[in-house]
Amino acid sequence: MADWRPTADFSALGRRAQLLAAVRAWFAERGVLEVDTPLLATSPVTDPNIEAITTVAPDGDALMYLQTSPEFAMKRLLAAGSGSIYQICKAFRRGERGRRHNPEFTMLEWYRTGLSLQDLMDEVGAIVALAVGPIESHYYSYQQVFEQHCGLNPHLASLAELKACARAHLDLNFDTDDRDVWLQLLMSSVLEPSLDPNSLSFVYDFPASQAALANTRSNADGIQLASRFEAFYAGMELANGYDELRDANELVRRIRDDHRRRADNGQILPPIDRHLLKAMAALPECVGVAMGFDRLAMLACDVARIDEVIAFPLERA
Amino acid sequence: MANYSTNEFRNGLKVMLDGEPCSILDNEFVKPGKGQAFNRVRLRNLNSGRVWERTFKSGESLEGADVIDQSMEYLYNDGEFYHFMDPESFEQFQADLKAVGDASNWLKEQDICTVTLYNGAPLSVTPPNFVELEIVETDPGVKGDTAQGGTKPAYLSTGAVVKVPLFLSVGEVIKVDTRTGEYQNRVKN
Repeated sequence: MADWRPTADFSALGRRAQLLAAVRAWFAERGVLEVDTPLLATSPVTDPNIEAITTVAPDGDALMYLQTSPEFAMKRLLAAGSGSIYQICKAFRRGERGRRHNPEFTMLEWYRTGLSLQDLMDEVGAIVALAVGPIESHYYSYQQVFEQHCGLNPHLASLAELKACARAHLDLNFDTDDRDVWLQLLMSSVLEPSLDPNSLSFVYDFPASQAALANTRSNADGIQLASRFEAFYAGMELANGYDELRDANELVRRIRDDHRRRADNGQILPPIDRHLLKAMAALPECVGVAMGFDRLAMLACDVARIDEVIAFPLERA
Repeated sequence: MANYSTNEFRNGLKVMLDGEPCSILDNEFVKPGKGQAFNRVRLRNLNSGRVWERTFKSGESLEGADVIDQSMEYLYNDGEFYHFMDPESFEQFQADLKAVGDASNWLKEQDICTVTLYNGAPLSVTPPNFVELEIVETDPGVKGDTAQGGTKPAYLSTGAVVKVPLFLSVGEVIKVDTRTGEYQNRVKN
């Protein structure tokens, strides 16, 4: 095996480069500013399901992190008055390697002021169309997809019902009393594969327990929902969009909650991003979305493995 | 034995699952952008040959199975057991028919096979990809008929039945691909 060679062929790398140019042109037409924030960060995101790669500060012994998402830095730009911005950058996540994952990957992330979450879903559709041509979009609430494919209400089902549904579909090696793990398992292993692979599917109104940094609200039945969506195409998750949280106190509460869960799991406790906390008061109303650019390139090239659209994946880095 | 975490699951890794030795066939990493990561793993139970698909939370681990593949010379069958010898240590191993399975069709004395040992005892036997065996029974050969066309069944010295071209006769030696059970060519003595 000539493993000094790239895993992607040059027609794929050419298609990828074209797509990159098309995405930049698309944002330029809309007056969205391209920005560039540090990859070497003092405070990675606190999400317990995302593990940063640790390194040492260039000027001392302090730990630093390769950023897992440009979210915090981009929000500081928004708070400083940037207006709508986008970024195409590398992000790093420890342990994420597979057919559709490489620990170092390319993220397309953008934030829009003055747009609604529905407008943002339309923009996601337009970006995906740059890769695959015109496509149909379908919109489902989180509750709808669960009712349709699992026959249960994800907000009201008991833990036992969630477990039973998962075990009816899958042979599992674990047990847990964390509802969200069961919901996420059903989402990624049962629902995602049953969405129409030929149209772009948006799933919105997630349970508040999976809000991440999205705003939450109560629906007519008094159920707490997170104002965020995920986009799926060709059986693959492509993007995660949010109506962005602006309340600093709530942000601290969620970070503490992440830290408590990280401590329970024996994970590292990265420091809280003080810059972000100070900036929150000035953050304008905005919506934001993160899209896996490599996956977009996979769609453009019609290939099933991320290695076919990146030159040197982890094993050849 | 060492423990292996889901991110170390490679094809061919031997692990213990539900008390059974298994070989990993495929490991798919499934992770939403937000949320818990899982690994969908296909494993072959080396005792039963059955394939399992099991979902793990990423980061879970399994104990390694004491399973090794070793090249051994096939010695003989005593009616109950098949006897093999490690050609380096001269240590002998006996395997029952369950472990030998379909490989029994292709075992010729002195051939080098791959014997999979579990806790030091034969678990399965893989014959060489190609074996040369003598035809012990078949319809009489049609002289000169070496053209493409018909085949006939031939019984080989091991008991295997293989489709062979019409020109072959009893006593001739043929080469067979053990993975497909197909005739390859006649071996000239």
